[in-house]
Amino acid sequence: MYDFSPLIDSLSAWLNQTFSPFWAGFISMVLLGVALLAFYAVLGLYLVYAERKICARMQNRLGPNRVGPGGLFQTIADLIKLLMKELIYIRNADNLLFNIAPFIVIVASIMAIGSIPFAKGLQAIDLNIGVLYILAISSMGVIGVLIAGWASNSKYSVIGAMRSGAQVISYELSVGLALLCIIAYAGSMQLSEIIASQQDGWWIFKGHIPAWIAFVIYLIAGTAETNRGPFDLAEAESELTAGFHTEYSGIKFAFFFLAEYMNMFIIAAIATTLFLGGWLPFHIWHFDAFNRIMDYIPPVIWFFAKTAFVIYLMMWFKWTFPRLRIDQLLALEWKYLLPINLMNLIVIAFLILMQWHF
Amino acid sequence: MQVEQLTTWMQMLVPEATPGISKQYPEFIVPAAKLHDVARQLKENPETKMDYLFCLTGLDRKDGFHVVYHLTSTTLHHTVVLRVVLADKANPSVATVSDLWAAAEYFEREAYDLLGIKFENHPDLRRLFLEDDWVGYPLRKDYKDSFTLER
Amino acid sequence: MEETLMDLDLKEKEEYIINMGPQHPSTHGVLRFETCLQGEKVKWIRPHCGYIHRGIEKMSEALTYPQLVHLTDRMDYLSAHINNEAVALCVENAMGVEVSDRVKYIRTILAELTRLASHQLWWSAFGMDLGALTTFFYGLRDREKILDIFEESTGARLLQSFITPGGLMNDVHPNFQKRTKEFVKYFRKKLPEYDQLLTGNVIFQERTKGIGYMSLEDAISYGVTGPSGRGSGFHCDIRKIAPYSAYPLVKFNEITYTQGDTFHRYLVRMREMWESLDIIDQLVDNIPQGPTMLELKAVKPPKGEFYQRVETARGELGVYIVSDGGPTPARIRYRTPNFSNLFIINKIASGHKIADLVAISGSLDLVIPDIDR
Repeated sequence: MYDFSPLIDSLSAWLNQTFSPFWAGFISMVLLGVALLAFYAVLGLYLVYAERKICARMQNRLGPNRVGPGGLFQTIADLIKLLMKELIYIRNADNLLFNIAPFIVIVASIMAIGSIPFAKGLQAIDLNIGVLYILAISSMGVIGVLIAGWASNSKYSVIGAMRSGAQVISYELSVGLALLCIIAYAGSMQLSEIIASQQDGWWIFKGHIPAWIAFVIYLIAGTAETNRGPFDLAEAESELTAGFHTEYSGIKFAFFFLAEYMNMFIIAAIATTLFLGGWLPFHIWHFDAFNRIMDYIPPVIWFFAKTAFVIYLMMWFKWTFPRLRIDQLLALEWKYLLPINLMNLIVIAFLILMQWHF
Repeated sequence: MQVEQLTTWMQMLVPEATPGISKQYPEFIVPAAKLHDVARQLKENPETKMDYLFCLTGLDRKDGFHVVYHLTSTTLHHTVVLRVVLADKANPSVATVSDLWAAAEYFEREAYDLLGIKFENHPDLRRLFLEDDWVGYPLRKDYKDSFTLER
Repeated sequence: MEETLMDLDLKEKEEYIINMGPQHPSTHGVLRFETCLQGEKVKWIRPHCGYIHRGIEKMSEALTYPQLVHLTDRMDYLSAHINNEAVALCVENAMGVEVSDRVKYIRTILAELTRLASHQLWWSAFGMDLGALTTFFYGLRDREKILDIFEESTGARLLQSFITPGGLMNDVHPNFQKRTKEFVKYFRKKLPEYDQLLTGNVIFQERTKGIGYMSLEDAISYGVTGPSGRGSGFHCDIRKIAPYSAYPLVKFNEITYTQGDTFHRYLVRMREMWESLDIIDQLVDNIPQGPTMLELKAVKPPKGEFYQRVETARGELGVYIVSDGGPTPARIRYRTPNFSNLFIINKIASGHKIADLVAISGSLDLVIPDIDR
């Protein structure tokens, strides 16, 4: 019903008619880049705002409420402040790496956003290995974190970066395996096809219990991969002051900060796409009147509502749980999540083999 | 142990010990040379079992520096106060009791820091509060520095 | 950078030294832990204090007794009332005077409210040390109510200087009884929330159980008192050993555990809050009438030496007054609880992870100005 592909197609057709193929490609790239960047900045800012409001709600306070109605412009004011702040250079720091690190982190998260389908046809690039691409790109962020920790020439930063490295490398496995469960069900790595396979029911509903297990594991591991919530050891402020970004100031700090929120968004968006049916509306079997009404709600809204729900879950973890210790964190992954995940995958393979899935 | 028993016990142990001025707790003035021995006896004797040193104080008095040890037993619930008078004001020094009570290590460092009382055989006798290059010992009555307010 | 001999030595052992503090989010004040790490593991810790040494003992030698009470607030600022009370009791004992029952009751209620406020703040900060930031706001929400009671009666919220040798600075506000009762009723409902938020949490228990074990012998030897010592089974509650003020009149339990780990030091404080509520309950309804200040000609203890022990929120506070019979003490010594509680940290935190060091120092509940004085 709401299909964006004709719009996108006609736009590219017009570009190809008007300009030479090189310039058409160039302009579409620029347009796409600008659109993604603007989307990224706005979304990042409002995720920060949402987090502050939600955590305030959980902590019996009001949260930002002075700048704009309900504090809506607070994060924009914060961004302006961060933009104008002095960038402090650290003596004895490796300047090149020190300056590159925040860009690696932020570029990784921007690139991952490119292949997320927001609605039918509303996807910057629909790779046939979309899931693999997102996994690969989003785990590049940790290189930035490691570089930041190392180049800062600060002991707190190094500890934070090492923790982050150990954490991301371990939890990457669980994220990958949990997604593999759904890839096995859907039989494709292309995000648009995974969504198409959920036309008659989201994977979390028709994937039996293994899909639920995979979803829970994915949520835990995804939270850990973004260095958030009970897994924020890399920046454990009571132990390491601020972990890997202790020495960063101004806009470079803001990059890390924004990237953290965007990574959270990416994790939630993938959870939505693979488990919760992406931009597909919520349908109930043989309940046509209800389904028809659901269809009227635009897919973009469906997508963002589901993503917001997952993000809310992640924020909920963060503001209610104490932080894990590094050995407990690794034990959780290697002793519990990974074996459960592997067993889960075998069960799913068996289910598919026996044609017991829907 | 009752106060009388404790007094006779102490007099048996160290005949030189004289009762001190305090009425609150039984108090004994012990010669500096015998302090460590007395303290060890008090701690290890099953009749006294003074296992808890709850205060160690250095004082700057007219007759010299005093070191006051407040000891109590956590099982028998009696308290005794030992006092050492260090008449040599230029070089006050007494044996450490930090090998008997770990708390003493830091009380003694504080006394050394603020009063300049040396504790022999102390494992780590450094200044505790003041900078390492601080001149003088502030809690001494004759301590003067450029910003002491005269009243 | 030039490498020193020490650097090389550390490099060989794969060790490095990190300074936690004097400005660090987990030290709650200006304390420096010189921490030797091997990877994430703590090899040893050397606490360095003195960053907030103000020489209260030296200053007090130039002040009269009613004046020097005001300095004691600044030691353990979270148990200001109890510190005041210690000096007041010591001076009163020295002079051989006894305050009226009204003063005793009010002092005890104030002391227990102080203990509650202090434990609330500790709980808030302890949760934060472990990364659960939400506890901070829950604890402070309830602490605010106690501070309001203090503000109404004493005119100050943190450093009250309300208890003075001879009685109280003023009578309490007429609302005092009513508001205290309201608070007790309110807090009895809110305290289970604390348990729901933190105590039962799996991650919290994993982080605290079996961490930072302190044996009873160590606790006694190092003089670790208060809830930290009682978590190891050290019966060190001065309110029981040498009762003062209105404590002989009330029934309460001394909370002890024998496990001696971080979790049980936490539990001692949680249960102590219930006991404090009980004590206030027993006293608040029967505050007798009477004068709130003794008519003293001059606050001059006779020549002699006097010692008074009281139980603050963090352990045993000893006040040792050496008097020459003058209006000012010849020497005043404070045996502060945090000073003794601090130095065991090397013993109990070595061998644990750096995150445990934060949890352990949080469970000792250190207030730095009380260490340095």
